[in-house]
Amino acid sequence: MNVGDALPPLEIPVTRTLIVAGAIASRDYQDVHHDAELAREKGSPDIFMNILTTNGLVGRYITDHLGPHAVLRKVAIRLGAPNYPGDTMTLTGTVTALDGDTAEIQVTGANRLGHHVTGTVTVTLGAGA
Amino acid sequence: MTVDGTAAAAEVELLRRLRAFEGRPAAIAGRAKDPVNEPMIRHWCEAMGDTNPAYTGPEAIAPPTMLQAWTMGGLSGHTGRSTAYDELLALLDGAGCTSVVATDCEQEYLRPLRPGDTVTFDAVIESVSPRKTTKLGTGHFVTTRMDVHAGGELAGTHRFRILKYAPAARRPPSQPESAVKPQRPRPVINRDTQGFWDGIREHKLLIQRCTACATLRFPWLPGCNACSSPDWDTVEASGAGTVFSYVVMHHPPFPAFDPPYAVALVELAEGVRMISNIAGVPYDKVRIGLPVRLEFLRVDDTLELPVFRAEAG
Repeated sequence: MNVGDALPPLEIPVTRTLIVAGAIASRDYQDVHHDAELAREKGSPDIFMNILTTNGLVGRYITDHLGPHAVLRKVAIRLGAPNYPGDTMTLTGTVTALDGDTAEIQVTGANRLGHHVTGTVTVTLGAGA
Repeated sequence: MTVDGTAAAAEVELLRRLRAFEGRPAAIAGRAKDPVNEPMIRHWCEAMGDTNPAYTGPEAIAPPTMLQAWTMGGLSGHTGRSTAYDELLALLDGAGCTSVVATDCEQEYLRPLRPGDTVTFDAVIESVSPRKTTKLGTGHFVTTRMDVHAGGELAGTHRFRILKYAPAARRPPSQPESAVKPQRPRPVINRDTQGFWDGIREHKLLIQRCTACATLRFPWLPGCNACSSPDWDTVEASGAGTVFSYVVMHHPPFPAFDPPYAVALVELAEGVRMISNIAGVPYDKVRIGLPVRLEFLRVDDTLELPVFRAEAG
């Protein structure tokens, strides 16, 4: 792994099921993540993905690529355009720093509205990475 | 004090009260409702599509990004949440910021969580932002920082930012859109165009004339395009003109205008051209060469505009 390396992109179909399953698995019962009618009353066109699911997907993107021995140290994300049902989020990543066996990877998740998430993951590469 | 001044003072006072929460606890000795456990890990991994073998089997760890999930209150409510945090949210609710959306999450993982770990947590209100206008609406960012412990050890830290906001673009139900006719755009009046609008108020259509070379110009400009002189006076248009060209606006419909309507480039008898509306004929009867005469259209209490009426015959 070198600074500047790009990770292969990961496409996540943003289904209603993913949004609801992610919200419930993260114990987030805010209505905007499962009830379209109440989401619309709050000015949103539909339900949208909660931040914990986005966080989980960003973590998965890194460990999918680096393997089970990679250890996540830090995940820092900022949300932008919401992930609404029917969209696709494409995660991309670039290695921005490397210090011994610890890498810093810049991650972006883009959907058709723009950048859903931008963030930085610090990860310790395990054996074999 | 003006209405704006009162609103500004109220905003300053609200921010002072919001800022007073900075440094106060958001959660004290919170305790996760469940110990770290395999079923919740499995449900998480299924939802995320995460097949990492590190999260299954006898040596399983929880996905580190689950950190916050262990601390969630779920349907039965939060444990350990401080009165300060509830008061802060109530204050924002009272200020109309009733909606909430998470914007940032920064987590550091110091030691893995494993099935059987008991999770406890404490959190502090780090900062409350001044009022910000976002796409969603206007509101305040609230940042909290949480320390998550397992078995007496610091397992991770979790900084979280939410936006508490008043949703934008929602009309009060008593005022449907059709009931309030949007105003026509106001002209931009500055030192270069002031004289023109002063003339309109007196029902005079004034054309600028260069005092160096006598060239007429319209619209109003700070200098002469023919000789660059900055010196000018005015001549009053006679009001006679003809349609030099025109378009018919169908789409997009702008608020305050009812398409279709004709927008004409009128050549004044003095030789300069100006853009205006044509009154007195339907939009589809406007023609190049149509003789027109100036008149003044009272749009509303504060706006009067020069338009052109088709001459009979």
